[in-house]
Amino acid sequence: MGAIEITGIHKSFGKTEVLRDISLSIKSGEFVAVLGPSGCGKTTLLRTLAGFEKLDKGEIHVDGRCLSGRDIHLSPEERGIGVVFQNYALWPHMSVEQNVSYSLKVKGMSRTERTQRTKDVLELVGLDRLANRRPADLSGGQRQRVALARCLAMQAGVVLLDEPLANLDVHLRATLEEEFSRFHQRSGATMFYITHDQSEALALADRVAVMDKGRIAQFATPSKLYLEPSNEMVAGFIGEGKLMDVSNLTPSDDGMAHANLFGKPIRLRCASSASARSQARISFHPSDLSLATAKEEGIPATVKRLTYRGDHLRAEVAPVPAPDVSLTLNVAPPFSIEQGQHVSIALNDGWVLPDPQFA
Amino acid sequence: MSDLAVEQERPERAFRLSRLKLSGEMRLIICLALFVGLLSIAPLGRLVYAAFFTDGSLDLERITHILGGRRVLQATGNTIWISITSTLLASVIGTLAALLVGMTDMKARTAWVFGFVLPLMIPPQVTALAWVQSFSPASPLLAPLGLTLEPGMRHPLYSSGGIIFLLGLYNAPLVFLSVRASLRRVPANLLEAAQSAGAKPLPVVLDIILPLVRSGIFAGAALAFVSSIGNFGIQAMLGIPARVPTLITMIYRRLNSYGPSALNDMALLALLLAVLTIIGMTITGWLGRQGDQRVDGASITLRLSLGRWHWPVATLAWGYLAAVLVLPLSSLAGSALVRGYGQPLTLDTLTFENFNNALFRHEGIREAFATSFMLTGLTVFILIPVSIALGYFLVWRTGFLSKLLHLASELAYALPGIIIGVAMILFFLRPLPLVNVSIYGTIWVIFAAYLSNYLALALRPILGGFAQVDRSLNEAAQIAGAGILSRLRDIVLPVLAPSAAAAAILVFMTAINEIQTSVLLVSSRAQTIGPMIIFLEEAGSSTLAAAVGCLMVLLILSLMLVSLCFSKFLPKGVLPWRD
Ligand SMILES: Nc1ncnc2c1ncn2[C@@H]1O[C@H](COP(=O)(O)OP(=O)(O)O)[C@@H](O)[C@H]1O
Ligand SMILES: [Mg+2]
Repeated sequence: MGAIEITGIHKSFGKTEVLRDISLSIKSGEFVAVLGPSGCGKTTLLRTLAGFEKLDKGEIHVDGRCLSGRDIHLSPEERGIGVVFQNYALWPHMSVEQNVSYSLKVKGMSRTERTQRTKDVLELVGLDRLANRRPADLSGGQRQRVALARCLAMQAGVVLLDEPLANLDVHLRATLEEEFSRFHQRSGATMFYITHDQSEALALADRVAVMDKGRIAQFATPSKLYLEPSNEMVAGFIGEGKLMDVSNLTPSDDGMAHANLFGKPIRLRCASSASARSQARISFHPSDLSLATAKEEGIPATVKRLTYRGDHLRAEVAPVPAPDVSLTLNVAPPFSIEQGQHVSIALNDGWVLPDPQFA
Repeated sequence: MSDLAVEQERPERAFRLSRLKLSGEMRLIICLALFVGLLSIAPLGRLVYAAFFTDGSLDLERITHILGGRRVLQATGNTIWISITSTLLASVIGTLAALLVGMTDMKARTAWVFGFVLPLMIPPQVTALAWVQSFSPASPLLAPLGLTLEPGMRHPLYSSGGIIFLLGLYNAPLVFLSVRASLRRVPANLLEAAQSAGAKPLPVVLDIILPLVRSGIFAGAALAFVSSIGNFGIQAMLGIPARVPTLITMIYRRLNSYGPSALNDMALLALLLAVLTIIGMTITGWLGRQGDQRVDGASITLRLSLGRWHWPVATLAWGYLAAVLVLPLSSLAGSALVRGYGQPLTLDTLTFENFNNALFRHEGIREAFATSFMLTGLTVFILIPVSIALGYFLVWRTGFLSKLLHLASELAYALPGIIIGVAMILFFLRPLPLVNVSIYGTIWVIFAAYLSNYLALALRPILGGFAQVDRSLNEAAQIAGAGILSRLRDIVLPVLAPSAAAAAILVFMTAINEIQTSVLLVSSRAQTIGPMIIFLEEAGSSTLAAAVGCLMVLLILSLMLVSLCFSKFLPKGVLPWRD
């Protein structure tokens, strides 16, 4: 249960278009992250799914049931979709147990059944000993578990989460991330997880929808987003991606291609449909660059800046043929490199972006 | 083929369904609209209609004849003059007091603020009575000094000057509260910057503080104006014996002598009063908005040291309280403790007979107390849930309808109560449709007036409470499947409990001694305690009136003290008498 079908939805507030023609098809039980810079419309997308906002156009179906569409708008009460709010929205005047059992109470479930179910859920998330505490007396992690327990109790097939970790400190995040994975496995619910933090999205999700200015830029698995971005926005956004222009692109049949970067020949990955062209745009990540070995023919460059990062040095270098361009690469120890030095760098991997004219 | 037909029919049917089925929130806002519509909008509309149309036709000659009459012109002139000058007086006193409390290291500030704001809570008719009796031989302060009035001497307060003086003192706390609120928003670093630029305390106040709290001063002045122009208690207690007619006393006296036959004319005068009130509010509001006072930065209160001015300032501040609080109230108590008006208060003349009469013997007074308690309790009981529901729509579901309802409730609150009184008479004079029962002359018409009048008062602290509540608490309950009524009961009400308690206290304290509306609506069958003082004083029972006044003050004082006991649970600033 919990397959979500979003087709062509639009939403504007006054004159500002916040969601533009968004379509997503999410399988039941999938963990989907929505990733995008702040202000791109992620929260609005979540609120339309939950039923807090009405659509201007398009439809939302869950398990074949139409929740929002033309002249149809089920209220949030009627949807049975769970939401974990950013601040968890625990009711301060209710105990943990009351927070968790409230949805069962308004459903009219008998007291004995309600108590049993709440007890089971609290045990499952390891909160049974805190059942009588108030939210104010809980730690951040415990609060998150109460919020998740609320979704478990209402047996929501779809759980929406709006940046649940954004306000927490870094140490707590890793443990809480794990909690979401565990919750996902346990409940089997479809997770719709909103975040602006790409490491969170890539670590947690089966598939990630990258959003940009109200549109879905790409919806794919984390590795596909990282290795085969479908456009410049995704390429630049994920993993400190860098965009460069190459010349004389000639694809071979095995999904690889040859091209020239700063006059030096390089090998790249490309889509099978890619065609030979004189100019093309490619993307790569800092880890794809390295200092060339003596045997390799690298791109001559000057070291502009070095930053110590513990297990590696981050070097910003400027290619000699194009001194205005700045490339970033990670240098492994031993660190035998200094500022102003002339080096030779090699590009080991790169991805040819689909030609936007044909995409 | 058949599949296709079903596919095409589905949106069609869903469309019709969504038209028919009203969501819970829709039904609730419709109920609220009916509530406000029937209690505020319809009666006020009826008033406007009655003012212009007699027997269904617009008689311009009648209107010009009434509005152009010599007595009406005189009363209008008095009303405007008295309201403006008393507002000026209140603004000066209130602003000085706010600067003193907010800017200096004055000692015993909490007690002083309590004493300064207290007069605002005392019903105006009691204040007026207390001041009138300040010069009586029973006054414990002035009598020993020989400053009493000989019989036959004209009382100095029975004059337009006396009305202005009392209204000014009465409304000064309104300006005080407003200026103090503005003062709290002034960032301390602005003052520190001025000080390090070498400015002395006086220039700091004149050049930095006053311009920054200007909007607060004018907002307070607007409140003082509205309160002055509609203050029936003081205008009636002093103006009627002094033969200084104002619009409000004129409406009251003519309705009393001519009865409902004068209703159309009184509606016209009430409308005139309403227009003057609105003009005054608009002008003061506009003046307050001039100039840019936007400030940012943390506001940490900076207190200037009084230094060697400490004793003179303290003497002045506490002397003021002695003059406006102790003098009248002790005289009121003195009059209540002697058998007949004019007797000096000595051990021989001391008697508790008046209190005994008021509490146990005089059936009218006892019933009036009981009626007031019941009506006020019921009003609180109804208005708190209504305000919470209306607040929900105002804060979390901004829509045209809820804003209109808010405006209507604010109007019903801001307009002088006597206008609501006239409107209620007009609206409820005829029997109610369907049930064919007339509530005119019963306590229920007073109840309707209270509901109309105090909705905005109950709404204010509750809106303040809503502003502090995260709306996701409500959304989380929606997600859990709770309908609007369950959410209001299970989530919103408990979370807003402190604000709701504050609202209940404010409404209770205001309604329990209410006079403006009920003075027109009381009848032999329905008496409230508020107007009782006027009736007793008119009947010549000054000492009994004083005893009733003392009881009312005691009631208010105990309510204030009780509220202070649990003020730490309340949002800051909802109890005006707490610093
Ligand atoms: N209720 C609203 N009224 C008007 N504008 C809104 C409203 N909610 C969101 N917006 C606007 O929509 C845009 C996207 O907001 P949001 O969905 O919250 O972005 P995100 O969650 O990705 O940061 C923002 O520009 C925001 O100002
Ligand atoms: Mg957001």
